[in-house]
Amino acid sequence: MNELPQQLANGLILGAMYGLIAIGYTMVYGIVQLINFAHGEIFMVGGFGALTVWMVLPDGFGLGAAVPLMIIGGVLVSVAVGTAAERFAYRPLRGAPRLAPLITAIGLSIVLQQAVWMWFPDAKKDVPFPRFQGDPVDILGANIQRGDLFVLIAAPLCMIALGLFVNKTRSGRGMQATAQDPDTAKLMGINTDRIIVMAFAIGAAFAAVAAVAYGLKNGQVGFQMGFLMGLKAFTAAVLGGIGNIYGAMLGGIVLGVAESLATGYIGDIPGMDLFGGGAWKDVWAFALLILVLLFRPQGLLGERVADRA
Amino acid sequence: MRQRSIIAITAALAAGSLTLTACGSRDDDGGSSNGDKTTVVIGLDAPLSGDLSALGLGMKNSADLAAKTANKKEFVKGVEFKIEALDDQAQPSVGQQNAQKFISNKDVLGVVGPLNSSVSQQMQKPLNDAGLTQVSPANTGTELTQGDGWKTGDRVRQFKTFFRTATTDEIQGAFAADYLFNKAKLKKVYLIDDQKTYGAGLAASFKANFTKFGGKIVGTDHINPDDRDFNAVVAKIKKTGAQALYYGGEYPAAGPLSQQLKDSGQNIPLMGGDGIYSGEFPKLNKKAEGDLATSVGRPVEQLPSAKTFIADYKAAGYEDDYEAYGGLTYDATWAIIEAVKLAVEGNDGKVPSDGRKAVLDGMAKVKFDGVTGTISFDEFGDTTNHTMTAYKIKDNAWAPEFSGEPKLG
Repeated sequence: MNELPQQLANGLILGAMYGLIAIGYTMVYGIVQLINFAHGEIFMVGGFGALTVWMVLPDGFGLGAAVPLMIIGGVLVSVAVGTAAERFAYRPLRGAPRLAPLITAIGLSIVLQQAVWMWFPDAKKDVPFPRFQGDPVDILGANIQRGDLFVLIAAPLCMIALGLFVNKTRSGRGMQATAQDPDTAKLMGINTDRIIVMAFAIGAAFAAVAAVAYGLKNGQVGFQMGFLMGLKAFTAAVLGGIGNIYGAMLGGIVLGVAESLATGYIGDIPGMDLFGGGAWKDVWAFALLILVLLFRPQGLLGERVADRA
Repeated sequence: MRQRSIIAITAALAAGSLTLTACGSRDDDGGSSNGDKTTVVIGLDAPLSGDLSALGLGMKNSADLAAKTANKKEFVKGVEFKIEALDDQAQPSVGQQNAQKFISNKDVLGVVGPLNSSVSQQMQKPLNDAGLTQVSPANTGTELTQGDGWKTGDRVRQFKTFFRTATTDEIQGAFAADYLFNKAKLKKVYLIDDQKTYGAGLAASFKANFTKFGGKIVGTDHINPDDRDFNAVVAKIKKTGAQALYYGGEYPAAGPLSQQLKDSGQNIPLMGGDGIYSGEFPKLNKKAEGDLATSVGRPVEQLPSAKTFIADYKAAGYEDDYEAYGGLTYDATWAIIEAVKLAVEGNDGKVPSDGRKAVLDGMAKVKFDGVTGTISFDEFGDTTNHTMTAYKIKDNAWAPEFSGEPKLG
């Protein structure tokens, strides 16, 4: 079997997940210029919310039927935590120096990790998450697991929904206006507080969808999973141009595919066998980020105000 | 008014901190008195939170059980054992801070732990400088006792205070290579490790022995143990025609690695060391059937000496399972208790004023029938018990396959 389609598919699946999480970073940054470093943990609690739904469902409930309910459960938990974070951790600090909300965010992420660690049964270690059984599907020479189909379908659907929302609805236009100039938007009668909450909520909901994808894919969730995924998603957001929602998805996919290809092929280049392989993929991913930022500091799709969500 | 209240608060704080300092400074009498009994504290360092906490909590409970058993039996007359457990989060720097805490508590006469060899590397030196005995039930990194020269046969004892009830990776890797090549008749193996002290050492020993037997390593790779997506690595294995994957590392990453390996259509077993021999491994990995692991000693469940341990552990009602290192931790703790007994007996029934030195002197003489077999230590501080067991996943649980001492390749 040719390895390339498989590696591309692996990268695409991973990247779509990064992209879904990256939306949350990018929207919040686009509107309030805040990097919500607790977003990785909002992703994490979404996974546990979905798992809770699965645990309370009666035995014999099919996973296919359960997934929509799990998404709803995960989204509810993530959105609740995300908006509460905005209300109690960030809003009081609006107008404070940039560093203050950043530190709050780091504190908040520790609080969320420890809360799950303490209160979720058995979550002191990784917890099993249900997976789809059955053989993988062959698409263009690549084996795709059933669970992975979920993210391949969910990511574009989420993007289309978000695009329609931002461009076609009143609230979406309010969001664009607030992103461009919060003060003028306020003068025009836009409730900017509501818009900001909405940005947090949408980001959290997407993160929850990504968390369900993560659980279905890896068969486990853990209280520490938000850190690495959050960092990667943040990188994806910067890579695509922070503040730009399509950039977030593109950045995620570029990052995922780069990781996959670096693992698969760099070791095969003569003289590079020491630098290939799984442990080096993060190095290559960040090298790519630096390269992009050197030549295109605004990211792949740019972060110009007018392009912002 | 305002100024006065500031002065009052400052005074109160100063008084408070002085009281705390006073609590901290104790007389160096080798143990504080508790009625007519002297309390001897045994420190325990393990990851009590995080990925590896299943193993760490099993260690904590087993050490606790050993102390309770000794107290109940009045194994050492006039001594009450107490376990002080600290969480190292599997982080070397935290382990080092914990070592300092144990050192500064004069009641601590021995330390059990840690789980990770990389953590031990940071704890050995300070404990050695303080003359505080350390017995690890789980560190298998060969260089911890014999130095980096062990690969070339130039073995030098590293720290006089370091002992272990677990055997070394040199023996563990050799045993795995012996098993795969000679028992399972697999000649082509792909090798992956997580680049930590434990994983890399295990992989190196496996590789050396497997190639000596005549087996072929068809490819190698390293992964980041915090990752959960290994599909890119797994896709690379496919073209090599490997008959098995040997993984040097621990179960949190091994679970998804094995699962993704099988998902990709490669029905070959993943084999690892005691780091994946955990009940969590089959729980996190629905496709673990047929996977293999080695662990130290004979299976705890098969040993007559372990029956009491298992029964007592159940009776004590601990929330967590004793896991891979329970028996070894019990034995490690018991080794310190035996050394304390020797020290007390050599000092007219009292804990000597220089308790740490007396315990350290006692360690060389310790010999008893433990949960995992006969426990005693050789000139490096390594256990003299080299028996290992290979386990296989059958019906979603580890089942012992084969026990023996490895034939070094």
